[in-house]
Amino acid sequence: MSSYLLKLESVTKVFGRRLVFENLSLDFPPGKVYGISGPNGSGKSTLSKIIAGIIAPTSGRALHSAGGKIIPAEKLHNHIGFVSPYLTLYDEFTALENIEHFSRIRGIVSDNERRGNLLNDLGIYSRRNDYVKAYSSGMKQRLKYVFALIHRPELILLDEPTSNLDSSGKDAVYKLIENEIKKSVVIIASNEDADLARCGEVIYLEEFKLKQNK
Amino acid sequence: MMKAFYIFKKDWESELRTRYAVNALAMFILVTISVILFSIGQEEISPYLAGGLLWVVIFFSAMSGLARAFVSEEERGTTMTLHLIASPTVVFSGKLIFNLLLVFLMNTVISVLFSILFSVFVIKNIPLFIIAFILGNIGIAVSSTIISAIISKANTKGTLYPVLSFPILLPLILILLELTKYSIDGNSIGSSYVEIGVLISYDVIMTSASYLFFDFIWKE
Repeated sequence: MSSYLLKLESVTKVFGRRLVFENLSLDFPPGKVYGISGPNGSGKSTLSKIIAGIIAPTSGRALHSAGGKIIPAEKLHNHIGFVSPYLTLYDEFTALENIEHFSRIRGIVSDNERRGNLLNDLGIYSRRNDYVKAYSSGMKQRLKYVFALIHRPELILLDEPTSNLDSSGKDAVYKLIENEIKKSVVIIASNEDADLARCGEVIYLEEFKLKQNK
Repeated sequence: MMKAFYIFKKDWESELRTRYAVNALAMFILVTISVILFSIGQEEISPYLAGGLLWVVIFFSAMSGLARAFVSEEERGTTMTLHLIASPTVVFSGKLIFNLLLVFLMNTVISVLFSILFSVFVIKNIPLFIIAFILGNIGIAVSSTIISAIISKANTKGTLYPVLSFPILLPLILILLELTKYSIDGNSIGSSYVEIGVLISYDVIMTSASYLFFDFIWKE
């Protein structure tokens, strides 16, 4: 079981004059898949980005800790795996080159077995030496999972996880989520019923209250 | 440091395939030097004017090529990818290494072309010119990198770069013009300590300020 703990303390986000959400205080202990749901514009992606440390909240903070120790902001990227439709990989590199570059920049030794397994599980192993610009949107979405999971993150953030995927892609993703929940905290931001059905707890942003699914 | 090197390596390999910056720089250098040559015609120009024109070409070339560091990531939508794989310090260092290499290559080409095409451009104190050249290049690379990071977040990227770079690079260009004049005159390094000191101070201040400021720019 993972010792990773995510805690949101009075998180508020305002864009210009528009309040996205206010005083959001939540705990995400390990062992569950969490869902974030809400209508378009309710702030699902914004909250995902705040949790990932990509954007700063207007007030409040997202605290990440592992093994009882707070993770400093500059090291957060090593603990997070993030997938979203607006994430872009480098078109001018092949899938393998992308993964190689990312592993080196992260400072991790490339685990060929894990890389091969992930590419295989997501059904893009045979296209690993193709340039990403030649990939379809669904294949790019599959590759983003390799990008997000290759460094064995303890927190996996999936914003619209099945966007652009066909049924076999969706099945592969759900299988991966099932495997990863044993080692990581998984958060899914989505409005798709099939995605939210995988969640043990769903946060409805427009209501600001927790609704127990299971 | 190795992580920053790998950001640089990614950018370099990407540049070799896309030619985002190199093509823009090569065309700019070619066009500006040609325009200067056509406008001068058969006129004799002073060595000081040639030295001044050298830094004018360098200044505008830096605007066209070095701004790509962060703007190209923003245009391709890969800024978030960088957020997710490296700390702000590592990202800035990697981009700075890339711009340093680019600025040294670009300015070496421009200086060599100037010494070939302008017979009056004769440097009598080459070591002094090399000191000014190295410190000036570092200053241009650091300033351009942080300006590139700032403008990449703006909607009007094209117009903002010259507006922001002019006040930031002006003190640097003025000192470089002075040192180039000294090196053309053959003044000793000893008599240029003040200007060299100002250049070193500029580089140190800009580098420190950029690293401090970058965290705020990087996180929206």
